[in-house]
Amino acid sequence: MSANTPVIELRNVDKSFGPIDVLHEISLKVRAGEVLCLLGDNGAGKSTLIKTLAGVHAPTRGEILVDGQPTTFDGPRDAQDRGIATVHQFGGTYPLMSIGRNFFLGMEPTKGFGPFKVFDRAKANRIAVEEVQKMGITRITDGDRLVGGLSGGERQSLAIARAVYFGARVLILDEPTAALGVKQAAHVLRIVNEAKKRGLAVIFITHQVMHAMTVGDHFAVLIRGAIAADFRKGEKTREEITDLMAGGETMADLEASIEGYMETHEGHPPKVAPAE
Amino acid sequence: MDMISSVLRRPAAASFLSLLGVLIFYVIFGGVDLGKLAGAASWVNYAARIGIVALPVALLMISGEIDISIGAMIPAGAMTTAIIAGHYELPMILAVIAALAVGVLVGLFNGLLATRTSVPTLIITLGTLVGMQGIVLAGSKLLTGAASVPLNAPDWAKTVFGDFIFGGSHQVVIIWWIILTAVFWFLMHKSKYGNWIFAIGGDKVSAKNAGIPVDRITILLFIGTATSASFVGMCHAILFNSAQVSGGMNDIFNIIVSVVVGGVLLTGGFGSILGVFIGTITFAIVIKGIDFTAIDRNWANLIIGVMLLAAVGMNETFRKKALTAVTKKKKG
Repeated sequence: MSANTPVIELRNVDKSFGPIDVLHEISLKVRAGEVLCLLGDNGAGKSTLIKTLAGVHAPTRGEILVDGQPTTFDGPRDAQDRGIATVHQFGGTYPLMSIGRNFFLGMEPTKGFGPFKVFDRAKANRIAVEEVQKMGITRITDGDRLVGGLSGGERQSLAIARAVYFGARVLILDEPTAALGVKQAAHVLRIVNEAKKRGLAVIFITHQVMHAMTVGDHFAVLIRGAIAADFRKGEKTREEITDLMAGGETMADLEASIEGYMETHEGHPPKVAPAE
Repeated sequence: MDMISSVLRRPAAASFLSLLGVLIFYVIFGGVDLGKLAGAASWVNYAARIGIVALPVALLMISGEIDISIGAMIPAGAMTTAIIAGHYELPMILAVIAALAVGVLVGLFNGLLATRTSVPTLIITLGTLVGMQGIVLAGSKLLTGAASVPLNAPDWAKTVFGDFIFGGSHQVVIIWWIILTAVFWFLMHKSKYGNWIFAIGGDKVSAKNAGIPVDRITILLFIGTATSASFVGMCHAILFNSAQVSGGMNDIFNIIVSVVVGGVLLTGGFGSILGVFIGTITFAIVIKGIDFTAIDRNWANLIIGVMLLAAVGMNETFRKKALTAVTKKKKG
């Protein structure tokens, strides 16, 4: 396998649920140290695509290649074992559990023998705090703190640090910045860059074009389950991308029509029928 | 102050304060003699009876589910034991195995329905509660022609499950309760499985994605509640040499109140075994300890109602405290 082999690749993947086609002929590749931004409006099939990548759904047709080898995942755990980690919008963290327990959930370090294997809290807390700090979150110093007390950005960072620590090679970030403020989002974007520097292949799902353009190397726009555009950094402007996501109807057209209306109506924007 | 707040943030804090509150109330308004209360067997026996079931129910509630069929499983365990060992005069060991097996089967049934359907477990176990009440009543009428069956337990069964200890009126189930509390404490707070149960109650989908066998754990937890309930019923039948068909409705609420007073969050994800242990003791002292006071025992339910609301309120407050606390690492 050469350095240029994509870590993960989809070839003509279709996914249907019964008679409903959700994904159609999806082809994607991500290399190590590269960020692929997957853009799409709500309902474009982003979640289904993530779940297919994460081993939750098996593709109806087409193949998934890991390191160039055709692969079928037996479930999310199997995908994880192959280094594919998904971090969801709310971090997949448990607010009433401590940072150390969250970090090692499902992979608990233990000490002792036989039936008396004890969860090694001190070790879990120490490693969790170290790893999160390495990601640049220096405010976290106590592994016993409950995750519910962290900010949204810190939770995301915890989840990303966890994935990196457990040997993820592909990091799927599902709308990590959607629920965050400007500062928090910048934080998460920095961590995405950090993960990229460490040689992870990152799939960054978002509908915020600005965030995508900050970290992305490669972009794919998903519309109604199909890839409508696939381009590299610098090939398209922000407006062009936004227009693509809106499904062809350009924002500029929309603005022009509103302005036209305002000119003929003494500067009032068009009336919108109030919701019943 | 730092120490006080770190104690208050523990899930057991509210149950401890409830216990303290009840004791103070009984001393001031009931003129209770604490030494006499501590030496009394009635409340300890009662605490053991509900406590053995409260432990697995707490685990189940921490995982975000609930089981009210325990109300029917206590009489079911008792009747199974009495019908096999008493009515048919078969060996006691068979009766013990059968009583536990009934628990495992009903738990398995609840667990499978809970994991295979999206019906809330309150409804599923309401179904099994009522269904099992029917089976127990109709079954014992059909097999024995009566709703009350006597039995004679051999010595070994008496010693292990249904005897008095310390030559007094404390029952042997107290020892079972204490051993089981230790086992559940280890399971919940020291082993990795406790971590998994907290995670299932916190966010089931994420827990599944993290590779935790959510369905298998849920089924095991349901088996735990049903089996512990039939175990308690079996012990009672052996102790009192008879079993009656009864509704067991009171037990359901008494056990759930104990768990909630013990600091377990109804929506899952939070709680502790120490809290449930203290919550059970508190509940038992309110119900049985009132006999040692000058207070009319009919007031006991009012006290429980007030205590429940106060405990839930405290839990709410302490949990917020726990979430917002920024603790400093203590070094050296």
